[in-house]
Parts: sequence; C-alpha cells; structure tokens
Amino acid sequence: MIVRILGEGQYDLSDDAASSLNDLDATVESAIEAGDEAGFRAALRQLLDGVRTAGAPHEAESLAPSDLILPMADATLAEVKDMLSGDGLIPG
Amino acid sequence: MSMWQRISLIFRSKANKALGRAEDPRETLDYSYQRQLDLLAQVRRGVADVATSRKRVELQINQLQVQSDKLQGQAEQAITVQREDLAREALTRKSGLTSQITDLKTQQAQLQGEEEKLTLAQQRLSAKVEAFRTRKETIKATYTAAEAQSKINEAMSGIGEEMGDVGMAIQRAEDKTAQMQARASAIDELIASGALDDATSLNKGDDISRELEAMSSQSEVEAELARLKGGSAPQAIEGGQDGGEILAAEEPAQTQTSESKDTQ
Repeated sequence: MIVRILGEGQYDLSDDAASSLNDLDATVESAIEAGDEAGFRAALRQLLDGVRTAGAPHEAESLAPSDLILPMADATLAEVKDMLSGDGLIPG
Repeated sequence: MSMWQRISLIFRSKANKALGRAEDPRETLDYSYQRQLDLLAQVRRGVADVATSRKRVELQINQLQVQSDKLQGQAEQAITVQREDLAREALTRKSGLTSQITDLKTQQAQLQGEEEKLTLAQQRLSAKVEAFRTRKETIKATYTAAEAQSKINEAMSGIGEEMGDVGMAIQRAEDKTAQMQARASAIDELIASGALDDATSLNKGDDISRELEAMSSQSEVEAELARLKGGSAPQAIEGGQDGGEILAAEEPAQTQTSESKDTQ
C-alpha cells in the first residue's frame, strides 16, 4: 500500500508492515481522543519513524493516490483535529 | 474506519474538488495543469520569502553579537582598572543580549528547516507536474469520452493529493515565517528605539558608557604616558621613580604642563 506522510511524500509499505504499525496507530488515536498533546507528539513521531523504516520511498513521477495519509511530523493536536473536521489547512 | 482513513478521504475529496471544475474533461486537464504551475510558482516565492526572513534574522544575530562583544570588551576594560562594579554591570547587560541571541538562533534554525522542507516539496511537485503534463497530452491525444474519463479520474486523484500536500506545506511555512518576522521586527523596534543601544553603545550617554568612556580615555592616557616614559629614557628606569610619584598623582594634561615647566 502507499502511505503519504504530509510534507514529506509517499512511501510503499507491504501489508504486513502496515499492519505491524497498527499498535502505534492506536496509541496516536487514543492520545488524540484524550487530548494529550505530549503523548500525541511522541506517538506520532514513532508511527512516522515506523513508516520510514519499514517503507521505501514511492517513485517521484508517480501520480498514484495514497491509501493512507498521515500528518506531518511536526503537526499539533489542533492541526490534526482540524483535518478531521475538514476545516482549515487543506487548500481548496 | 480508522482515523487516518478518514483524514485521507477528507483530504483527497477536498483537493479533488478544487480541480474538477470544467465541463469538458479535457478542459479539466488543462485547467488543473495551470493550477499546478501556479502552485509551483507560489512555492518558489515561498522558498524565497523564507530565505529572506532567515537572512534577516541572521543579520540581527550578528548585530546583537557585535553589541555583546562590545560589552565583553567593556567588562574586561573595567576589570583592568579595578572597577568591578562596572564590569558586573556590563556583564549583566551582556547576559540579557545572550538570551536574545539564543532565541534568535532557535528561530533561525526553524526557518532553515522550513526552507529545506519547502525546497523538497518544490522538487517533488516539479516532478509530478512534469509527469502530469505528459499524461495529460497522452489522454487528450487518444481521447474518447468513456476511456478518458477513467484515466482522468485516476490522474486527477493522485495529482490533487500531491497539490493538497504541497499547498499545505507552503501555507504552514508562510504562517511560521509571519510569526518569525513579527518576532524579528519586535527586536528591530527595540534596536531602533535605542533600548538596546543605550545599554550597549560606547558612544551613547548612559551612565555605564560615560564612566567606561572616561575610564578608557584615562587608561589610554596612562598607556601613552607609560610608553613615553619607557621610550624616551629606557635606561632611566631607576631615575623614573623619582618623578614617578609626581606623574602618577597628577592629571595627564597637568603632567604635560609640569613637564614643559620643568624644561623651561
């Protein structure tokens, strides 16, 4: 599958690798729900590191859409909430 | 549905909506290619803006560094004439500058980071735009309504996502740049208002500067005097002790007068 880290680009990830990142993914989500900014940042950093380590950069000329889009490494909790609500950030 | 899938869907549909405005799919292709070129130009301007801000911050760091070095010099000067109070004052003011310099250096590093990220985004988008241009021409050349529509949808989906991503990166960089510029111009105002200058400049009329200035001219005179004494009569070091008491007790100007009186 193709995973995009916003601000960085796309990575190719095997399905196995993707599912092994599920735990980290869940940690990020629960930190967001709890409104835990520090926990969110730490968990997001781990998740993104996991994607970078397990994945390979997707070819630059490709125009393929991603299966998953992850926030940028320095995203704040508020920014991710904005993305979820569909407001702000995304230029339309 | 996971949170990221939700984000992905929202992100993509928003980005695609921005592209799919024309009636004829071929027009859509041309229109979105134009949008890509516009965005690419915007990213280039963004990189230039961030670079300008970064250089401005660097300039301010240098200015403050010069002032800080000057205070360090004043402190050393004060110590040589046993004025610990003045040295302490100079060092206190210097430490205020040091924290401002540290703050500016953090800002400078952040701007540098934004600049690098934006440059990468620009390279990425350039590659995608070129790929899109090629694909667009192929689709238009072999255009049949049914076949083209699916190809267009596919290409648009990918390019829309890329443009949304790069667009977001430039928007964030612009926001950060604006914050940095606000902070930098606050320090500009401080410098312009003389608040920093008064505390640091040798030539301005505040207490520490006046004293240090007086002290420095005094010590220059002393140094000159010592040089004169040493140079004129190198062998007369012992003899110099006789006149030494008088010379040390008198002001330099008076010394000259008394010397000329002596010669008369």
